[in-house]
Amino acid sequence: MKRYLLRHPGVARLGVILLMLIGWEIAARWFIDPMFISPPSRVLMALGSVFATPNVPAALRLTFFELAVAFALAVIIGVVLGLAVGLSKFGNKTFMPIVLLLYGIPQITILPIFILYFGIGPAAKIAFGVTHGMFPIIMAVVAGVQNIKPILLTSARSMGASNWQILRHVVYPNMIPSLFSGMRLGMTGVLLGVLLAELYVSTGGIGYFTSMFTQNFDPTKLLGLVGILAAMAIALNELVRRGETHFARWRD
Amino acid sequence: MTAQSGARRKWLDRYGSRLVQVAFVAAILLLWHLATTRWGVNKILLPSPLSVWQQFVDVIRKGEFLADLQITLMELAVAFVVATVSGTVVGYVISRSPYLIKVFEPLFAGIYSIPIILFLPLYVLFFGLGPASKIALGITMSFFPVVLSTIAGFGNVDRVLVTAAKSMGASDWQLFRHVLVPAALPVVLSGLRMGFTIALLSIIGSETIASLAGLGHRIVNLAENMDMARMFAYIVFVIIIAVFLNTAVSALDARGKRQR
Repeated sequence: MKRYLLRHPGVARLGVILLMLIGWEIAARWFIDPMFISPPSRVLMALGSVFATPNVPAALRLTFFELAVAFALAVIIGVVLGLAVGLSKFGNKTFMPIVLLLYGIPQITILPIFILYFGIGPAAKIAFGVTHGMFPIIMAVVAGVQNIKPILLTSARSMGASNWQILRHVVYPNMIPSLFSGMRLGMTGVLLGVLLAELYVSTGGIGYFTSMFTQNFDPTKLLGLVGILAAMAIALNELVRRGETHFARWRD
Repeated sequence: MTAQSGARRKWLDRYGSRLVQVAFVAAILLLWHLATTRWGVNKILLPSPLSVWQQFVDVIRKGEFLADLQITLMELAVAFVVATVSGTVVGYVISRSPYLIKVFEPLFAGIYSIPIILFLPLYVLFFGLGPASKIALGITMSFFPVVLSTIAGFGNVDRVLVTAAKSMGASDWQLFRHVLVPAALPVVLSGLRMGFTIALLSIIGSETIASLAGLGHRIVNLAENMDMARMFAYIVFVIIIAVFLNTAVSALDARGKRQR
């Protein structure tokens, strides 16, 4: 048994997770007020009732839609701005400090402005997700473009390649690995931005249900909803991470 | 002719980008000013830069920000200290055994990839609307970068260094103090810097979403009262504080790395 565990750390990891769940179950069943926490078994059984709560499935679908649109926009804007900043030396020297300065601002402080401009609907959440997600992508694209060996660009140009051909056949393939690691960070940012805005707006969407379950002291449904959202986030992260390992392979 | 254009080029190289940066900021301020004074953008949507400046001066002069700043900084300090101590201790213990690293590192990395801000409603349920829920969220969010970088730092110390120190008869403490810590410090410090940034973000964020006091709460409160100029002034204030804190932590990080 011990030798088996030593050889398979993954199994031991599952054991640790299981132990934590059992500890949670015991604590929640016998020691902690059920107003505040409920055992994982009950949360699991109640998942059906979370989905059966009117408008919860719609709110989850809307959040997923916001995440997808925000991510797509963040990638497009990030690549365009990243190329604009990164492709020229002057642009890099001039605008990179501005990008870094903007990236360093805790954007959560301007969330109320986003709500003011875009309303409490999906637009504000998408916009907030985009501004969180695009900066890591800009930085990754700039880093990727800067790392291209100058000799590749010079030789392509001397062989008579047009600007478009250089972009397509030299810049693009060289940029791909760092673009994907930027997209992974961008996805983390998009998730943070969209979920922050969702939780902030408590009159509709996910934020309405989380604050309602909190005020009703209904930890079972709250844990269920949070669990479903966490699963959504894990799936999206995993998708981008798979993409990264897949597309980063060609260079090795 | 060529010498002249060469000199000109050098001048452009040196000052050109600075110039464009200043022009960029000036252009934004000018557009902002024109939008509010000439083009009739609603004052509720965008207060004029002058009124924001007046409010900013007023906020600073009256010292009205002190109470909120104190709460936010207190939450930040407690959260960061607890996350630092628990993260480095847990990380160090795990890093001592390659087996434990294999068991726990993917587990922590997996949890770290979940947006932990999702747990905020749970924390509000457990700890209420006061500072406790913010501190708890700050600890949870900044624990993971700290523990992961501690594991990475102490887990990847060059074996040769450890063997050499041991064969020269170093005691456990000497090994820790003179080999492990200097080797791991840069990675650990980067983790602490990230942990600090994340703690700051999660505390202002949770104050914004659900709270009774603090800088984040003040901004939301002003937004709900439609007191836009003052809200912009507070946003500027918080951004200045945040940039100042992050710069200070980065400087400490860089200094710690140099001192090795």
